Amino acid sequence: MSNRRLALFASTALAAATLSQPATAATPAEVVTTYADIAEAAYGDSLTAAIGLQGAVEALIAAPSEQSLAAARAAWIAARPSYQQTEVYRFGNAIVDDWEGRVNAWPLDEGLIDYVDPAYGQSEENALSALNVIATPHFTLSGAAVDASTITPELIAGTLQEAGGIEANVASGYHAIEFLLWGQDLNGTGPGAGSRPFSDFVQGDGCTGGNCDRRAAYLQAATTLLVADLTEMAGNWAEGGAARAPLEADPAAALAAMLTGMGSLSYGELAGQRMRLGLMLNDPEEEHDCFSDNTHNSQYYDGLGIQNVYLGHYIRADGSTVSGPSLSDLVAQADPAVDTRLKAELDASVAALAALKVAAEAGMAYDQMLAPGNAEGEALIMGGVEALVTQTASIQRAMLVLGLTAASFEGSESLDNPAAVFQ
Amino acid sequence: MIRHWSGLAAALGAVALAAPVLAQSLDDSPLAMLPRSKAEIARIAAVVAPTRDFSKAEAFEVKSAGAATVRVRPTADAFSQFSGNMAFDRQMNFNLGNALFTKTWVPSPSSTRASDGLGPLFNARGCQDCHLKDGRGHTPADGEKPVSLFLRLSVPGGSAPADIKDWLATQPEPVYGGQLQNFAVEGHAAEGRMQVSYADVPVILADGAVVTLRAPDYAVADAAYGPMRDDVQLSPRIAPQMIGLGLLEAIPAADLLAQVDETDRDGDGISGRASVVPSAELARPALGRFGLKAGAATVRDQTAAAFSGDMGLSTPLHPDPWGDCSAAQDACRTAPDGAEPDSRDGLEVDQQSLDLVTFYARNLAVPERRDVDAPQVLRGKELFYSLNCTGCHTPKHVTARLADQPEQSFQLIWPYTDLLLHDMGAGLADNRPEGRATGREWKTPPLWGIGLTAQVSGHSEFLHDGRARTLLEAILWHGGEAEAARDAVVALPKPDRDALIAFLESL
Repeated sequence: MSNRRLALFASTALAAATLSQPATAATPAEVVTTYADIAEAAYGDSLTAAIGLQGAVEALIAAPSEQSLAAARAAWIAARPSYQQTEVYRFGNAIVDDWEGRVNAWPLDEGLIDYVDPAYGQSEENALSALNVIATPHFTLSGAAVDASTITPELIAGTLQEAGGIEANVASGYHAIEFLLWGQDLNGTGPGAGSRPFSDFVQGDGCTGGNCDRRAAYLQAATTLLVADLTEMAGNWAEGGAARAPLEADPAAALAAMLTGMGSLSYGELAGQRMRLGLMLNDPEEEHDCFSDNTHNSQYYDGLGIQNVYLGHYIRADGSTVSGPSLSDLVAQADPAVDTRLKAELDASVAALAALKVAAEAGMAYDQMLAPGNAEGEALIMGGVEALVTQTASIQRAMLVLGLTAASFEGSESLDNPAAVFQ
Repeated sequence: MIRHWSGLAAALGAVALAAPVLAQSLDDSPLAMLPRSKAEIARIAAVVAPTRDFSKAEAFEVKSAGAATVRVRPTADAFSQFSGNMAFDRQMNFNLGNALFTKTWVPSPSSTRASDGLGPLFNARGCQDCHLKDGRGHTPADGEKPVSLFLRLSVPGGSAPADIKDWLATQPEPVYGGQLQNFAVEGHAAEGRMQVSYADVPVILADGAVVTLRAPDYAVADAAYGPMRDDVQLSPRIAPQMIGLGLLEAIPAADLLAQVDETDRDGDGISGRASVVPSAELARPALGRFGLKAGAATVRDQTAAAFSGDMGLSTPLHPDPWGDCSAAQDACRTAPDGAEPDSRDGLEVDQQSLDLVTFYARNLAVPERRDVDAPQVLRGKELFYSLNCTGCHTPKHVTARLADQPEQSFQLIWPYTDLLLHDMGAGLADNRPEGRATGREWKTPPLWGIGLTAQVSGHSEFLHDGRARTLLEAILWHGGEAEAARDAVVALPKPDRDALIAFLESL
C-alpha cells in the first residue's frame, strides 16, 4: 500500500523533473529495464561460469592430478567475478535476499564438512562444527538420526545447511566448494592460501585425508546445487521472470531498491562486515574468500557491480556489453551536480578496490594486509572503506533528488508521512 | 491492572503508587529521551487505547514495530534483519555487531589475540550459540548437551540494595556462583550438568479434548566443585528471542509504571509490579525490562551480563575476566585471561565491541504481521481482548522521541507486553526470587514475532524454560494472576480456541 503511495509521489517528482528535458530523457521504466537486463546477463554469466566449474570438478574427480586440481581452482576463481557483480541486487529484491544465503554464505565452520587441522578450535556447543560429514555417514542432529551415507544436493541443502540453527554451519555455495578445492588456509596473516593435495580426491590407493569417495561426492553435489540455484535465479530475471514482475509493476519502488542495494552493499556489507571488521580484529577468519585468498577479486567485483547499476552498464564475461538508460541519466536530469559527484566517487571506490587487487596480485594477499602492524595493508583496505563510505552519502543524495527514501522500499508508512501513526 | 489511560496525571499517580524508589530516578533512561508535550501525551493516550472494533484491522497494526518493521523473510533469517528505517551509515555498525554476535570466542592464551578470553567457565562460546538465528533457544534433545537452556543459582540471604524497596535478598551459591556453567576450557572442570526430566500432565478442555503438558524437573549432576548448598535455588532459563529490544528499551518508564497495580486496586485479579534493579550502566536503580524476570534495566546491562555470566568475558561494566567463577574457585580465577594492557582497553570485550553488540541487539527488527484482516484472526483478537489477556500483554506503546536513535524514536509499537512482573502460579514458579520478583513472578514476555518461531527456530517451544511445545500448552500453563484467563480458554469452543491461536500465530 505504502509502496503504491510512494510510487505516485515519486512518479510525480520524476515527471516534474523530466518535463524540461529533451524528448530522449530516460524514464524510470526504461532505467528499471536496463537494471533487470543487467541482472539477467550477470546471473546468466554466473550460471555459465558455474557450469564451467562443474565440468572442471568432474574432470578433477575423474582424474585427480596437480593439473586437474589447478584447473578446478581456476574455474572457481573464474566463476567469482560475474557472481560478485550481482551482489548489488541484494538488499531490496526480496527474491534475491531470500535466496542469497544458499550460494554465498560465509564465514563457515568448515569442520562441519571435512577434516580440519587439530589445532582448529572445535566448539562443544556446536558439535556439528567438528562433525566432518565426509567421514561420518551416520550421525545425530537435534536428536534425530541422519542418514548421510549418500551425499546428495538434498542432504546438503535440506539437512546440513545451517544445521542446528547455527549460521556458521554453511554447507552449500561458493565457499563450501572453495574449502573443498583449497582446504584450510593455515598461514594466518602470513603468505599462502589453502593447500589441499589433489590426492584428497584419489579413489582407492593413494587417497589422502580419508573418505576420498565421499569428498568427491560432496564436491560434486555442492557444485550441482550451485548450478541449480543459479539456474533458478537466472530464470527469475529472464523476460517475464518473477524478479522482474514487482519492479516493472512499480518503477519508483524499483529505483529505491536499486539505490538501496547500492548503499547497503557499499557501506554496511562491503566497507563494514567484509573490510572494516577484519581489520578491527586483525583476523583472517573474517576474510571473504579465506581458503583461496581470492578476496581482493571478490571485493573488486562487488564494487564494480555497484557502479554497473548506477551507470546502467555491464561488460559480460564474453566481452560484450549490456547497457541502456540509467540511474545516472535520471539523477543528471534532476540534479547534474549530484550525478557528477556520484560518478566520480564510484570511479574512486572502484580505483581504490583495484589498488587493493593489484597489491594482492603482486604478492600481498588480503589476509596479509590484515596483519597487525601492516601499515601498507591497512592503508589499502581503509582506502577502499573510505571511498565506499563516501559514495554512500552521495547515493543518499541521489535518492533525495529522485524523491525516494531508502526505507520506503520496505514499506514504511511513517516515512511517507511521519505523523501518520497518530492520524 | 489499571487499564484506563488519562495521560500524564495517571502516569504520575501510578508512579507514586509504585514508588519503590524515587520516581525520577526510574525515568532517568540511558537513552536521550526528549520530553513530550501535553498535546502529544493526549494523542498518544488516544492511539494506544485498546480498540473496541474487531471488524477490521487497526491502522498500522500490520507494522508491529512502526517504521522499524521489516518484511517477513520466508526463511530462518526472519529475525536477523536490521531495523527497516535504518540509514546506510548505521548499517555498518549493525553488521559489525552481528559479526561479534556470531563470533566464536576462544580460550586464552591464543594467537588470535582479539578473540580470546573465553571462560574459564562458560555456557556458550558465542552469543549466537544460544540465541540461535536471533530466535528462542530450545530444550535439549535426548542425549544432547543443553546450550540455550541453563540454570541460574542462588541461596537465600545476603544484602539488599539500600535504595530499592521490597528487594528479596538472595546471593550466589557460595561455590558455583550465579549460574551453572556446564562447559569449561581445557584444564578446568565444567561445573556440572543440568538434568531435566518431564512428567506428563493431562489437561481436559471443556469440549473433551485432552492436551498433555510436560512438567519439568531440574537437577544438577556431576557437580565438580563439591556439593551445592542444600538450600540452593535453581531457575531454568531459556534464551529469549532477540527482536525489538531497542524499542522496548525506548518505552518511557512512566508509561510502564502507569500500569503498575501492586495491590490490585481495580480488582481485576491482576497486579503488575515493577522490577527495579541496580543498573551497571547507570550506576543507580532503574526499571528492569530485560531477562525473564526483568533483571536487567538496559540492553547494554543485559549484554554485558551475558558476556560475563554466559561466556566469561570481561567488559567495561563487568571487568572481571573470570566471569562467574566464585572466590572459592581459585584455579578459575587465576587462569590466564584474554585481557592485555595494550589492547582492547585492557579488557576481553572492549567498549567499542560492547557498543556494537548493544547496537545490534537494539536493532534486530520485528517482522510485520500476517493475515491481520483474516476473519479468524480478528475473532481471535477479539477473544484475546475480551478474556483480558491484554491485562498483561499490553498491545500498544509509543516510544519516546530519541535524539540519537532514529530507528527507535517515536514509533507506535505492538509488542503485547507491559514489561511488569506477575504471579504466574505454582506451576510456573521457579521459587527463586530475583530482586523484587518473587519465586512465582515472571515478566510478561513480548509476543511479537511469536508466530514465526517455528520458521526461525525449527521448533515451537515457549515459556521461560521451553516446556510448552505449542502456544496452547503455553496458555494452559498460565496460573496465578492469569488463571481466570487460562480457565476461560479451557472453556472456549474449539473454533474460538483455534481463532485465538490463529491470532497469536499472526503476531
